[in-house]
Amino acid sequence: MLLVALLAILPLAGAVAAWLVPSNHQRPLVLPVVALLHIGHVIAAIVFSPPPSPSEWIELDAIGKIFLLEMSLLFGACSVYAVSYLRYRSERDNRVLCVGMLVCLSAMTLASVAHHLGILWLAIETTTLTMAPLVYFNRNARSIEATWKYMMVCSVGIAMALLGLFFLAYSMLVAGIEPSLLLESLQGAAPKLPSAWLNAAFILLLIGYGAKMGLAPMHTWKPDAYGEAPGLVGAMLAGGLASCGLLGLIRVYQICMITGDVRVYRVILTGVGLFSIAVAAVFLLRQTDFKRMLAYSSVEHMGLFAVALGIGGPALRGVMLHLIGNGLAKGVLFLVAGNIHRAFGSKNREAARGALRRAPWSGALFLGGFLALTGSPPFLPFFSEYLVFSASFSLGWGRVGAMTALLLMVAFLGMALTILPVVFGEPPRDRQRTKYRDTLVLAGPPTFLLILVALLGIWLPPPLSRLIDEAARLAGGGM
Amino acid sequence: MTSLADQMLVVVLLINILVLGTHRTRVAIRAIAAQGIVLAALPLMTHQFQFHLLVMALFVLLAKGVCIPWLLLNALKKVEVNETLKPFLGYSGNILAGAVVTGLAFAVVSYLPLAPAHRGLLAVPAALATIMAGFIDLTSRRKAINQVIGYLMLENGIFIFGLLLTEAMPLMVEAGALLDLIAGIFVMVIIINQISREFSSIDTSRMTALREVE
Repeated sequence: MLLVALLAILPLAGAVAAWLVPSNHQRPLVLPVVALLHIGHVIAAIVFSPPPSPSEWIELDAIGKIFLLEMSLLFGACSVYAVSYLRYRSERDNRVLCVGMLVCLSAMTLASVAHHLGILWLAIETTTLTMAPLVYFNRNARSIEATWKYMMVCSVGIAMALLGLFFLAYSMLVAGIEPSLLLESLQGAAPKLPSAWLNAAFILLLIGYGAKMGLAPMHTWKPDAYGEAPGLVGAMLAGGLASCGLLGLIRVYQICMITGDVRVYRVILTGVGLFSIAVAAVFLLRQTDFKRMLAYSSVEHMGLFAVALGIGGPALRGVMLHLIGNGLAKGVLFLVAGNIHRAFGSKNREAARGALRRAPWSGALFLGGFLALTGSPPFLPFFSEYLVFSASFSLGWGRVGAMTALLLMVAFLGMALTILPVVFGEPPRDRQRTKYRDTLVLAGPPTFLLILVALLGIWLPPPLSRLIDEAARLAGGGM
Repeated sequence: MTSLADQMLVVVLLINILVLGTHRTRVAIRAIAAQGIVLAALPLMTHQFQFHLLVMALFVLLAKGVCIPWLLLNALKKVEVNETLKPFLGYSGNILAGAVVTGLAFAVVSYLPLAPAHRGLLAVPAALATIMAGFIDLTSRRKAINQVIGYLMLENGIFIFGLLLTEAMPLMVEAGALLDLIAGIFVMVIIINQISREFSSIDTSRMTALREVE
C-alpha cells in the first residue's frame, strides 16, 4: 500500500519542486529525475504486488500493472526529451508545462491503481485538465482553437461518463442491491443488474471514455490538439491520456462481460471500432500535415482496441500487447515528428522533405516508428494485431476481421503517402536550413522506445507474458 | 419534505429555460448561480440529516453558487465587447427546444424502470431535462462564455441524478469532482481571455483555422 501511495505522491512532490525552482533553465531537470524514480517504483510494485487498500478502492491488478508500465516508460522517454526541447524553447516560461506533466503522471498512476470507478473517473478528469495548458504551449491563434475544442469535447465527454457511472450505480439500486461504484461489488452484482440501465450506462461510458480515447465520431478534437501541441505533449496525449480512456472502458467492459447477454456490447464495440478505423483511414489518405496524420493514426488504433474488445477471447491478449506496443511506438513517432518539424520549420509533407539528409537519425527513426506502428514484424504491434485477427476468425467474427484488415491496409497506404516523402524525398532547395541538429538527448529517447518495441516483439520475457495473460483473463470478466 | 424538493426542482427547470432564452450573458451567469444554490439546498431536503450531507451542501454552495459565477463574471468583465450574437437556433428557437426536451424528459421517464422509491418523484425527469437543455445551450450558443454556462447546466443535471445515489459516491470523490469542475472552469475562463485577445471576439464560430481543407 505504501508503495502504491508513494507512486502517486512522488510525481506530486516533483510538481511542487518544479513549481519552486525559479530558473527556467534548471526546472526541466526535475522531470527525468522524477521519471527515473517512478519507473523504479513501478518495477518494484509490479514485482512485489502490494496488497489492496483496506477499503479495496486502490488495488494494483495485472491490468493496472501493464498500463502503469507503459505510461511510466513513455513518460520517462518524454521527460529526457523535454530537457533538451525546453532548452531550445527557452524564451517560453516552462513552469506550467513541467508542473502539468508531473501532475498528469500522478493522475495517470492513480487511474491505473483505482478499483473504485468514481476515483478512476476523477483521475481521468484530472489528466484532461492538466494537459489543457500544455496543448496551448505555443500561445498562438491555432493552439487556442485546438485547446478550446479539446476542453469542450473532453469535458462534455467526461461528464457523460459520470452520468454513465450514476446509471451503473442506479441499476444496482433498481436490482435492490446497496449501490456502490466499487469494481468488485459491481462485478458481483452484474448478473442481476437490469439490462435497460446497464445498456444505457454502457453507451454513456463508451461516449465519455471514447471521447477521451478519440473514437469516431468523438475524435474531432484530436487532430487539432495533436497538430498544435509540442511533440512531447502529443506523445503524452496519444500514449498516456488515450490509454487512460481505454483503461476506463476496460473497467466497464470487465463488468459488462459477466452479465447475461454480452452480444449487444460486442456488436456495439466492433461497430464503433470499425467506424473509427474507417474514418481514420479516409482522412489518412488525404492528410499532408504529418502531426495531424499521427492523430488520425491514433484514432485508427483506438478503433482497433474497440474492435479487439468486441471480439474478446484471445483478442484481449492482443489488447494488452497492443497497449504497450502502440503506446511506445506513438511515443517514437511524436517525439521524432517534433524533431523533423524543427529541422524543416514545417510539418507539411510538401515542405518537410528528405529528413534522411537533413536529420538522418530522426529520419531513420520516423521510418522505423512507422513500420513498428503499422504492424511490421518483428515489432510488437505485429504480434498484437495478429492475435486480434486470428481471434476474429476463430471466434466467428471473420467479416469484422477481414474489414479491419482491409481498412488497416488503406490506413497504412495513407500514412506511407506522407511518411515516405518526408523521409526519402529531395530536400526543397528554396527553404533555408534551420539550426536544428540531431543530438543524443533529442533522438536518444525515441531510439530507446523503438528498440524496446522491437525487443519485446522478438522476445517477450516470460514474467511479462504471464502478466499479460492474467490481465487478459481479468479483462474478460475473470475475477 | 419531498414536495418542497419537487417545488425547488420546478425552479431549476424554469432557470433552464431562462438561461436558454436570455440574450444577456450576465443574466445567464446569475441564473446559473441561482440554480447552483438551489441544488446545494436539495440534498438536505431529500435525505435525512447527516453530517456529511451538510458538508457536501456547503461545498456545492461554495463551488456552484459563489466560486464559479465569480470566475465567469470576472471573465465577462475582461472580454466585454458588447456583441450580440444570436444562437444558431435563435432565442425563441432555444426556448422552444428547451420546452420540447423538458416535455420529452417527462414522457420518457414513465417508461424507465425506476426504483420503487423514486416513482412519481421529479428528480429523474428534472435531471434528464436539465442535461438535455444544457446540451442544447452548449451547442447552439456562439459565444464561448455561454457555452461554458451550457456545460455547467449539463453538469447540474448530472448532479441532480447523483442525488438519488449519495450512498454510492464517497464524499472524497464528490469533493474531488467539484474541485475538478472549478479547475475546469478556471482553465476555460483563461482560454476565453486568450480567445478574446487573439480574435477580438469570443465568437467560437470564427475559429475555423483548423478545419480539414483540401
